[in-house]
Amino acid sequence: MTTERIEAPRSARAARSSGRGINWEKWGWIYMRVSGVILVVLIFGHLFVNLVSGEGVNAIDFAFVAGKWADPFYIVWDTLLLWLALIHGANGMRTIVNDYASTRPYFTLFKKNVSLSTIFKGALLASTVILLILGTLVIYTFDPCLGDPQSSGLQEICAAK
Amino acid sequence: MSEKSAGTLAASGPGQPASKKRGRSPRIGAPRAPAGTLYRGNTGMWSWVLHRITGVAIFFFLLVHILDTALVRVSPEAYNAVINTYKTPIMGLGELGLVVAIGFHALNGLRIILIDFWGVGPKYHKLMFVVVILLLIVLLAGFVPRHLMHVFGG
Repeated sequence: MTTERIEAPRSARAARSSGRGINWEKWGWIYMRVSGVILVVLIFGHLFVNLVSGEGVNAIDFAFVAGKWADPFYIVWDTLLLWLALIHGANGMRTIVNDYASTRPYFTLFKKNVSLSTIFKGALLASTVILLILGTLVIYTFDPCLGDPQSSGLQEICAAK
Repeated sequence: MSEKSAGTLAASGPGQPASKKRGRSPRIGAPRAPAGTLYRGNTGMWSWVLHRITGVAIFFFLLVHILDTALVRVSPEAYNAVINTYKTPIMGLGELGLVVAIGFHALNGLRIILIDFWGVGPKYHKLMFVVVILLLIVLLAGFVPRHLMHVFGG
């Protein structure tokens, strides 16, 4: 005779449980939208400069990158692109893992039972952190006179150094 | 009362017209085709499916793209060798697919934001999907011929 009752979504209890601590899911949701709008501008600009203007994809080589990164504008542009896009992508992949990967303990890793979901999210986190560090280091330690300037066509600029 | 089935409700007497009506046809026939819901099978679902597929594709390209760009820190020769493979016809077509995916993901993402934050967004979500497709076509009309000329020469 007992009827199971589901609390209304906007009841006091629902509000209380979400009010405790930082609501990471909410901030993730907001991040996707805020970064998304910025990325539309950054990526369309990136595609225009690299694929549409001038010789398009044919113009891209070491000297092309060196030319762009000689301008602080493109250093900031590419840094924002790297961080916003990779975190946006990784968070999107996390959503997909949450939707489709099992959370049941499945593997034994270091004497702990872990699910496929945990494995995927661990791989996502690791690859994201590694690529953010790698990408940032590449942008800020870039050396236009690396290797043989003859092959990069930058001998005139590099001879002066 | 609430746990009674429709059958018992129908048999409970002629007092209620609603139960009387149900009593006449106790069986629910199988639908001829999957009935669908407000969501399933229409633009709402398909835009979501495309958003996921394009998102995953762009993510994996991004992983590769960060690594290939990182070669500028190895040597000009290594970077040029890899980037030259991006100029081949097959990769040129791949770049076309990438731009289609990015264009859709970007425009549909803006549509999602408008549905979330714009007061009448949910009301116009179908119309906005059509606008997304039309804008994508306009965008590609500008990009595709120029990119094909770059890749195949002309």
